[in-house]
Amino acid sequence: MPDGTAHSGYVGGGAVSAAGGASVGDFIALLKPRVMTLVVFTGVAGMLVAPGNLHPVLAVIAVLCIAVGAGAAGAINMWYDRDIDAVMARTCARPIPAGRMDPAEALAFGIVLSIASVTVMALAVNLTAAALLALSIGFYVFVYTIWLKRRTPQNIVIGGAAGAFPPMIGWAAVSGEVSLGALALFAIIFMWTPPHFWALSLFRSGDYARAGVPMLPVVAGIRETKRQIVLYSAALVPLSLAPYVLGTAGVFYAAGAAALSTLLLAGAVAVWRDPGETAARRLFGYSIVYLFLLFALLILDRAPAGALS
Amino acid sequence: MSLAMMSEQDRKRRRAKNLALGLAIGGLCLLFYLITIVRMGTQ
Repeated sequence: MPDGTAHSGYVGGGAVSAAGGASVGDFIALLKPRVMTLVVFTGVAGMLVAPGNLHPVLAVIAVLCIAVGAGAAGAINMWYDRDIDAVMARTCARPIPAGRMDPAEALAFGIVLSIASVTVMALAVNLTAAALLALSIGFYVFVYTIWLKRRTPQNIVIGGAAGAFPPMIGWAAVSGEVSLGALALFAIIFMWTPPHFWALSLFRSGDYARAGVPMLPVVAGIRETKRQIVLYSAALVPLSLAPYVLGTAGVFYAAGAAALSTLLLAGAVAVWRDPGETAARRLFGYSIVYLFLLFALLILDRAPAGALS
Repeated sequence: MSLAMMSEQDRKRRRAKNLALGLAIGGLCLLFYLITIVRMGTQ
């Protein structure tokens, strides 16, 4: 375990009921359902804009695999991060730190679901999508959670790649390959992740400092974090137009994406100017809406071409 | 822990978990059935 974090000396999340205190709701909470919503949505968008055809039943199974795979990675993340979750206000009520679930049970749950989701994806859809799903789970668990999160303030920049995989997996599920269009969707989420998480960390930096997680505001300060938020948001403006340039989406998408990204950049500049936390909270909320709307535009502008048969 | 020692709440929780597990296994059977049917149909 890395030094300097709450992992040292941690013995568990408190007494777990001998009757197996975790409820069905606790197992669902392990899957991080709110994060899963965005994962599923971007995965479906990737499937709808990809060239090719996929039987609707197999498409539903592919979405299910993406959702379960993401949830499984979340469960393993909660198992590994149980020590820092216990000291952060945002995460202390999670099943393991709250003492409602045995850590080993959460780990087993995550591993079983990871293997099941990748296996079903390989059997039902194709090997490319299954390999990408396995890669995204492995990246989130080993590269982000275990390696980067407690070691570097660049944790969510590189680790953010794990969250950028779903549209690429969806694309591969339909087309059987990864092309430039899929990489563009990956790049958009990759570039969106830092301003999204750093906006959150601006008003949660006390939590991260207590847990020993080297988030950018903790290590480099508030000013530098705000500067980085503006830079990444500015880079997102031209990048969000990549699907239009590559022919994946039409003019309707391009106009909407330009407007949404400009608003994101304006929000980032507002964060830069605001000495308090209000603008950061606003940007965090808008960044979620931004990604939903951007991918909704992508679906709308490609919907008539329809990938599913 | 024996059934007699469990509280009503623990019993309910266990019942709900067993039901969820049963549904998951049933769902998996249905899933593999559908995959087989669709795969056979497309070949």
